Amino acid sequence: MKVALLLLLLLAVAAIPGSLFPQRAADPNGVSQYEADHPELFKVLDAFPLQLFDVYSSVWFSAIYILLFISLIGCVLPRIAQHWRALRALPPKTPARLERMAGFTVNELSNPKASKADASEVAERVVASAETILKRSRFRTTTFSNAGTYSVSAERGYLRETGNLVFHVALLGVLVAVGIGGGFSYQGQKVVVDGESMVNAKIDYDSFKSGRFFDDSTLPAFGVRFDSFDAEYVSPDDGNIAALGKATDYTANVTLFGTDGSESQQTIKVNHPLRTEGAQVYLLANGYAPKLTIRNPEGEVVYDEAVAFVPQDKNLTSLGVIKVPYGLGEQLGLRGFFYPTKAELESGAYTSNYPELENPLLTLDVFVGDLGINNGVPVSAFALDTTNMRQLTGRAIDVESLELKPGQTVELPEGLGTITLDSVPTFITLDVHHNPAQVWVLVFALLATAGLLTSLFVPRRRMWVKAIAQDGGVRIEYAALARGDDPTLQRAVEEFVEKHRATL
Amino acid sequence: MFTSVEEFSMLALYSAMFIYALAFIFHAVDLANRSGQVKPVEQASAGKRPVTRERGSRALRIGFSLTILAFVFHLAATVGRGVSAGRVPWSNMYEFALTATLAIVFIYLIVNIWADLRFLGVLITGLVLLFLGVARVNYYVAVVPLPPALDSYWLVLHIIVAVLATGFFTLSFGLSVVQLMQSRRQRRLAENLPSKTGFLGTLPSADRLENLAYRLAIVGFVFWTFTLIAGSIWAEHAWGRYWGWDTKEVWTFVIWVLYAGYIHARATRGWRGTRSSWLAIIAYSAVIFNFSIVNVFFKGLHAYSGL
Ligand code: HEM
Repeated sequence: MKVALLLLLLLAVAAIPGSLFPQRAADPNGVSQYEADHPELFKVLDAFPLQLFDVYSSVWFSAIYILLFISLIGCVLPRIAQHWRALRALPPKTPARLERMAGFTVNELSNPKASKADASEVAERVVASAETILKRSRFRTTTFSNAGTYSVSAERGYLRETGNLVFHVALLGVLVAVGIGGGFSYQGQKVVVDGESMVNAKIDYDSFKSGRFFDDSTLPAFGVRFDSFDAEYVSPDDGNIAALGKATDYTANVTLFGTDGSESQQTIKVNHPLRTEGAQVYLLANGYAPKLTIRNPEGEVVYDEAVAFVPQDKNLTSLGVIKVPYGLGEQLGLRGFFYPTKAELESGAYTSNYPELENPLLTLDVFVGDLGINNGVPVSAFALDTTNMRQLTGRAIDVESLELKPGQTVELPEGLGTITLDSVPTFITLDVHHNPAQVWVLVFALLATAGLLTSLFVPRRRMWVKAIAQDGGVRIEYAALARGDDPTLQRAVEEFVEKHRATL
Repeated sequence: MFTSVEEFSMLALYSAMFIYALAFIFHAVDLANRSGQVKPVEQASAGKRPVTRERGSRALRIGFSLTILAFVFHLAATVGRGVSAGRVPWSNMYEFALTATLAIVFIYLIVNIWADLRFLGVLITGLVLLFLGVARVNYYVAVVPLPPALDSYWLVLHIIVAVLATGFFTLSFGLSVVQLMQSRRQRRLAENLPSKTGFLGTLPSADRLENLAYRLAIVGFVFWTFTLIAGSIWAEHAWGRYWGWDTKEVWTFVIWVLYAGYIHARATRGWRGTRSSWLAIIAYSAVIFNFSIVNVFFKGLHAYSGL
């Protein structure tokens, strides 16, 4: 028990660093940020013995919980055997002296005329009736007699130990189910613009992760088309200024294409994923995806796409990057802000003060030069590396940014061509998950809880009634013993004594 | 209507805080007087008394009645907040503090039907007053509707079990603290050293306190287990994974494991008594840390403080 206790305390302490340092699994951006802020320290903290950015898969954390579970198995196995035997055995012999037990009570039946033999007969009956009552209260009983002393030894609450064992074994079940589930799970994310579709296939995802044992060929190839998006915001008419612009509901209306060729209308909401073919499709994020057409000076279209802009605040001021590597003389990079409802700050900078398209405006800073995408190093679609680029518009060089309202076309600087903001559709980020064992995690967790409840609140107790035949009467003794915490033992003995007395 | 219910709630809150403060004073007076009550003979038998239903001093009875009254106002403040928001009153830190402290007092009052724990009145009213004050000053935010992520019946369930667990843990913590003081006093008396904490003579023995603390802690532990499970189910609905070691999840886990450790300690030779009560106190510190520091300073998905 001491080992179990120390390991438990160690586990609690070991879990804490994971809340102090960003974790790769939960917060990959936080980890990159940490690396950028403290490059030297990062290397040390990230390396083998510390592994502070992967605490929960680190060697030391794993060692603790594996040791704990080994100790658990070592603990529970012998106790299962012992409990199995106890379940089939009779309660142990009545102790010779009951005086020191809990709730010790004496009750004398006297009849001066009775002989010792009569008294002995009464004593036997007394014990028999006690046994009947105990049996009725679900005690397991056995009786003893010896030279005019009769006794019943009773025990109940075996379920307490059963519960304890179920609890510990179920914890093991949780661990195994978590492990198996993780190994066979997958997770993919995809940004989908209004009217477009995604397919549940590895190549169609923007990012895809899967467990060690997952086989990509088992992915069910269902598809989801994003048809429309309903967002509800606290509007000025609602009268709650503090909450103005706060979202109260998001609903994505989609068409689901099953692998069996079926087609159905579905909705996906936060907290209400679409569940299909063993996978869940979550609505992870949403925002605006300005659709832009860029033409070269000859009027040929060199770019024609809707680009998801990443929301920066609750009013959906959004930041996005457009890269045009081909078709213009130089590579072109655009960094833009989109304001669904443009407002001007005192500083002259723009902001959005409402998340819906009340007064939409797109501003663009234009860069030309080397986008840095030709040398094979993967670059983020959401970042523009301007180290080898020349800025043509923007605050930094004191040239007004390009400004576009939907439907407008403006000239790119230096006669590069024109750019048109065709429309501003919404986009959603869908997150598809599959974990075949999560149901089992729940089943074991509930089993553990049931075990916990029985093991904590079912009292396990022994009770004894001893009747001693004496000259001129019978002396009846009552006593009990708690096994484990048992707040109501005393009262239980008292009640039993009352009940028994009534039968005499 | 909108602002007036909110104003009503605020007024009820201030009244509740005022009455809690009075209750605190009366409970403190009661404890102070108790030192005088302990006769030298009783000193020797250091708190062997069982917790029996005694009327208690006048100050104690007034203090306890005031606590009930304050609870009524506190309840009104919390319900008022819920009504003015049109939803359950626990979706940001201010509201959570309001509800959690309400649960602490509620469970304190309920448990008093079963065992006389009024001697914890100073601690409970003091703690609740402190939390309410901090919440009002530092965490207050105007009523805003639920963001979509919190708009779920799991919010109702998950938080109800969490605040109930917190209530039981708080009482258990109070008893563990008194237990530590009591066992120190019992040790000193056994060695014939003077003890300045005379009022402890009127309280249950360290053993009895330990048993009570344990029983309340295991009830809290069961609720905490439900919190963990309900939270995981909700996380699966909202974020697509039932467990992801988000900071709040980490701390919920740490608290659970610490209390599991405490329960084990009681069954481990050499760990009963003072050691296990220290464990209970550490585990409760984690509960408080989880609510205060983690919510405000740690970043994570559970960004619900509304600050
Ligand atoms: C995964 C780690 C573990 C956790 C979370 C855990 C948790 C608990 C909890 C909550 C209880 C009290 C409820 C009950 O009686 O069922 C308990 C009791 C118990 N555990 Fe564990 N346990 C763990 C590992 C172990 C190990 C390794 C041992 C072996 C030494 C062990 C032995 C016991 C025993 C003997 C009891 C009964 C204590 C009593 O009678 O009061 N546990 N455990």
